[in-house]
Amino acid sequence: MFYREAGDFKTSYVDDGQTFPIRFDRYRYYAVLVVAFAVVPFVINDYWVNSIFLPFLIYAIAAIGLNILTGYCGQVSLGTGGFMAVGAYACYKFMTGVDIWIGGEQYALPPINIFFSVILAGIVTAFVGMLFGLPSLRIKGFYLAVATLAAQFFLVWLFNKWEWSFNYSASGQINAPERGVFGVAVTGPNTHAWAAYLFCLVFLTILAIMARNLTRGSMGRKWMAIRDMDIAAEIIGVNPLRAKLSAFAVSSFYIGIAGALFFAVYLGAAEVGEAFGISKSFLVLFMVIVGGLGSVFGSFAGAAFLVLLPVLLKNVLVSGLGWPTDLAAHLEIMIVGGLIVTFLILEPHGLAQLWRVIKEKLRLWPFPH
Amino acid sequence: MPDQLIFAIEVFLNGLMAGVLYALVALGFVLIYKASGIFNYAQGVLALFAALTLVGIMEGQVPFSHLINAVFGTEIHNFGFHVPALLAIALTMVVMVVLAWLVNTLIFRHLVNQEPIILFMATIGLAYFLEGFGDIMWGADIKKLDVGLPQGINGFIDQITLDALGYGFFIDNLDLVATAVAALLVTALVIFAQYTRQGRAMRAVADDHQAALSVGISLNFIWVMVWSLAGFVALVAGIMWGTKSGVQFSLSLIALKALPVLMLGGFTSIPGAIVGGLIIGVGEKMFEFLIGPLVGGATENWFAYVLALLFLVFRPQGLFGEKIIERV
Repeated sequence: MFYREAGDFKTSYVDDGQTFPIRFDRYRYYAVLVVAFAVVPFVINDYWVNSIFLPFLIYAIAAIGLNILTGYCGQVSLGTGGFMAVGAYACYKFMTGVDIWIGGEQYALPPINIFFSVILAGIVTAFVGMLFGLPSLRIKGFYLAVATLAAQFFLVWLFNKWEWSFNYSASGQINAPERGVFGVAVTGPNTHAWAAYLFCLVFLTILAIMARNLTRGSMGRKWMAIRDMDIAAEIIGVNPLRAKLSAFAVSSFYIGIAGALFFAVYLGAAEVGEAFGISKSFLVLFMVIVGGLGSVFGSFAGAAFLVLLPVLLKNVLVSGLGWPTDLAAHLEIMIVGGLIVTFLILEPHGLAQLWRVIKEKLRLWPFPH
Repeated sequence: MPDQLIFAIEVFLNGLMAGVLYALVALGFVLIYKASGIFNYAQGVLALFAALTLVGIMEGQVPFSHLINAVFGTEIHNFGFHVPALLAIALTMVVMVVLAWLVNTLIFRHLVNQEPIILFMATIGLAYFLEGFGDIMWGADIKKLDVGLPQGINGFIDQITLDALGYGFFIDNLDLVATAVAALLVTALVIFAQYTRQGRAMRAVADDHQAALSVGISLNFIWVMVWSLAGFVALVAGIMWGTKSGVQFSLSLIALKALPVLMLGGFTSIPGAIVGGLIIGVGEKMFEFLIGPLVGGATENWFAYVLALLFLVFRPQGLFGEKIIERV
């Protein structure tokens, strides 16, 4: 009844090419934005922000990034954790002032504002991603997936050993100093919950809109052509080098930003092996698969699902039934694993496909013929 | 001979032994990939699960005791008897066959014709599930596994090298046993695949599902059989690794070490898994020995992957993989 194109006349090309052509979709989208920006910051507290909202926002960015690479361009990557680490360490260096040693003399850049640090961290990660994306021109499919593990393990090792990267701190950890935007702290111990939330939300919103439009444009079409069949794409004039490397670059840019936010805003202090290990790579890949490959909405849905599930299970099992925490933890990974398999069997195209089916039904509702 | 060279030879030999252990895990991967096109990430967890079950049966542990105690407030842990190693291994094998049947019936039968990435994700889901299941069933503490395999330094080699070179090589007995077992296993698998009815059926399925189906081969039976075989290989790998470093969670991570081995050898080749394992084992030990000290050590974490990556750039199908022919 409400969800239909009929009667919604487009009179200009701009109207016709807009992101949400259906009116109901558009209003829903505005409503979500209003709630996210104008309502949520006033009602949330520390617990909600730290256990649900921040992880959701940050993982959503990472999931969109990986979705661009895996879902749109078809290059399976297991190096997400490593690229997130690059983002985190680059952000840390920019935040605290990059020091360069030339001929025994130290030159230091002044610390850069946290907002720009995060963006610069994304750019650095994009270059690292392109470097590790180079083999994708020769290696395909699972061979590539395993090859990206090289990035994962090598980068984690690098940030463990390379003292410059953690400013020679004795513990080998990186700690986010207090930094702010417009005089409001967004990192460090004195951060208000709403400030951290808004900071991440701004990034997520901009990046999601960017991703949506990139994937609708010529670049996205090239990626999808490569995904569907790379030789055929090459024959119709898609440059595989450019398409694959741009996918790696854009994807790593997103993942780098996610890593930077994960460390600076969410964790505050990070040890590379623990925060950005191989399990992170799998977690983000799960989000992409559960949410739906090749869908920006799917990345949100997958991130929400996998962030909420453990919180929910913990609340039910530990607080509700009073089981010991180790038992609950085991049961939790069992249920996560079981759910993923169930999901793949019932809906291999993820939550996004479920949403698409609902939309198709809604178009005809309440007269299904 | 200079000391450095002697050390290098010892490192080389130990690398070979470590490589055999990697190859053992890689074998299970190859088996399943060949027969069903599934890239089975759960192989490492399968090894962990097999080892946990073996220890549990040998010690007479009550399965799910932790869970039962938590729910009903009881205090049960052991049945109070011990099962001899051989019988326990046989029982564990039964469990692995049941598991293979369950995995096939509940998961992969429903995923026929899906894209490889979906199948891969399903095995990761399976890995998570089994990891939690194994821990709940048998408890998460580190266990000692002793099925009577010889362990410790091999006195004979030590003595011979001491006499000849003035320095006794340290070669673990267990590694020697593992080498022998791996050789035996590969021979048995090759004979099975080449000369038995079921083995030929397995190769037919690997070649073309539909053609195999049309000449009357039961896909279900073959798949259950392949998963059981993979379970058997996992059990052998679990026994070796479990005896070496205790049965614990990190056992499941050896699956990750087996991946570069597979890439080097090619996903579809059994000899490839062995040769790849040896190259990786020797390569990472030698690199750690020669270059490691210069860059701060712990290079074993990533060397295998980078080596495999560089190798693949020049030969994308691995050493023994089938040549990749691409058509539009």
